[in-house]
Amino acid sequence: MSAVDTTRLERVQARVLVAPRRRRIPWGSLLLHALLIACIAVVVFPLYFAFVVSTQDLQQVVQRPPRLLPSWHLLENYAQAWRKANMGVMLFNSAVMAVTVAVGKIVISMLSAFAIVYFNFRGRMLCFWMIFVTLMLPVPVRLMSTYEVIGTLGWLNSYQGLTVPLMASATATFLFRQFYLTIPNEMAEAAQLDGAGPMRFLWRFMLPLSWANIAALFVVLFIFGWNQYLWPLMITNSEAMRTVVIGLEQLIPRSGTELPTWNLIMAGAMMALLPPVAIIIFMQRWFVKGLVEAEK
Amino acid sequence: MQRTVFRNRWLPYALVAPQMAVTVIFFVWPALTSLQLAVYRVSPFGDRSTFVGLDNFTKLLSDPDYYASVVRSFVFAGGVTALAVLGALVLAGLATQKIRGLAVYRTLLLWPYGIAPAVAGIIFLFIFHPAYGILPYFLSFVTAYDFNWLLKGWVAMTLVIVATAWTHLGYNIAFYIAGLLAIPSSVIEAADVDGAGPIRRFTAIVFPLVSPITFYLVVLNMVFAFFESFGVIDAVTKGGPGQATEIMVYKLYKDGFIGLNLGSSGAQSVILMALVIGLTVLQFRFAEKKVTYR
Repeated sequence: MSAVDTTRLERVQARVLVAPRRRRIPWGSLLLHALLIACIAVVVFPLYFAFVVSTQDLQQVVQRPPRLLPSWHLLENYAQAWRKANMGVMLFNSAVMAVTVAVGKIVISMLSAFAIVYFNFRGRMLCFWMIFVTLMLPVPVRLMSTYEVIGTLGWLNSYQGLTVPLMASATATFLFRQFYLTIPNEMAEAAQLDGAGPMRFLWRFMLPLSWANIAALFVVLFIFGWNQYLWPLMITNSEAMRTVVIGLEQLIPRSGTELPTWNLIMAGAMMALLPPVAIIIFMQRWFVKGLVEAEK
Repeated sequence: MQRTVFRNRWLPYALVAPQMAVTVIFFVWPALTSLQLAVYRVSPFGDRSTFVGLDNFTKLLSDPDYYASVVRSFVFAGGVTALAVLGALVLAGLATQKIRGLAVYRTLLLWPYGIAPAVAGIIFLFIFHPAYGILPYFLSFVTAYDFNWLLKGWVAMTLVIVATAWTHLGYNIAFYIAGLLAIPSSVIEAADVDGAGPIRRFTAIVFPLVSPITFYLVVLNMVFAFFESFGVIDAVTKGGPGQATEIMVYKLYKDGFIGLNLGSSGAQSVILMALVIGLTVLQFRFAEKKVTYR
């Protein structure tokens, strides 16, 4: 071994010994974080901006350059938007609609999935296909004729008109069916041996096992119900029955002679989007489960 | 799989009755009457209707306005899908790298799904507002072009596309994160050992592995853009300026609900129904594939 090689070997050894003490800066993951934060800033900006505008007075809203920081008029703007657009009534209607549709869909899907999995009856496959067909008939493709049906029933401008026709759900039924099929057969056998009837089995055994699925479906269906637009627009025309998502639009100043009260509109928008967004954030685990599994 | 079957003559019917009642009264029956409307002509006062065969369809299909609305629908749906699916893939790809804070990033990316397209449209309406909007203000430093959506159709179309894609991004991200986390890390590590850089790892391994999800999301986003986006159009542009954002669903609503042209709206319903059936078949094709691949 030559002298040169020996020194090189020593140098390598020295580097190896020193290396663990020196902290490597993880440039790769720093870059990733920076990229992600930049993308998230873009995604979050519209909401941030809507919030900022909802806290400003009219002068700040129209000032150039635009003001990108919150101001002190939050409470007065929200109070004024609340009065001007009848927010209390609209939010109440939206809440009734979202909760009723979600609960109704869950209940009737749970029952029909139970019948399809645990009973053999004439017309079982027909029921299955009928439920499947609802997937292919979104509101727009049966717009005029559904309106006629609701009119014939006298359900225009009513909560039952707003909610009952939306309660059929293929995705929820399929999810429950899928879930029932994962329950070991021994459970139903044991229940039968103990003399429990089907309803008792559903109530005492299946329902307690289904809570995770129910929570997940509730989050997704609540958002679905809250954000409906075409249906309430078609079914209701009275101020008292309007939901917040369709009512918001009337705050927009369309003609040039009206004041550009965008701070009030943004205050209204914040109130309309807060309930579903809060549900997603606080029930995130259920939301992701519901979303990904309901579509399988 | 053989299930333990309960025996009861009437109970199963009682259990499916609510679902069947809603399905028949509000889905199947109206769909059939839509089909019927499509082959009749109803007099302006609604007192007489005559069977006209396929007249409503031939009239509709010879109307250049209708073709324009079909093209606009595809532009709209294509734009929304491209933006929301590609954006979600990139963001989910970044968020599922081995870095800390996945949970926080995921929360920050998911929430837009809670916003109704109509409400998102109103927020973007203000951002795009010709007089007070922040976007035209900043663009005015770069170019003298007038980005006024009230005058320029393509700006209005961009506005509704961006607003709709924004609300749907979180949905796609949820799917991609689930799919990306399901890829075994050994596969990625093997590629790493073989000397594949991050971009090559993504294009050669990750992207093919999530391609079934991509296909599924493309179909779902198309369905969403075609059938659930009425709100953003109605709340923001009302189909305007001119007819620049009048997509098929909005035209159907306008012709049927406002114009009271029942024959034409019936024919339009039938065409949309064919479209949604086609898309649903595609969607379930994917579901079958996923099962066999497992």
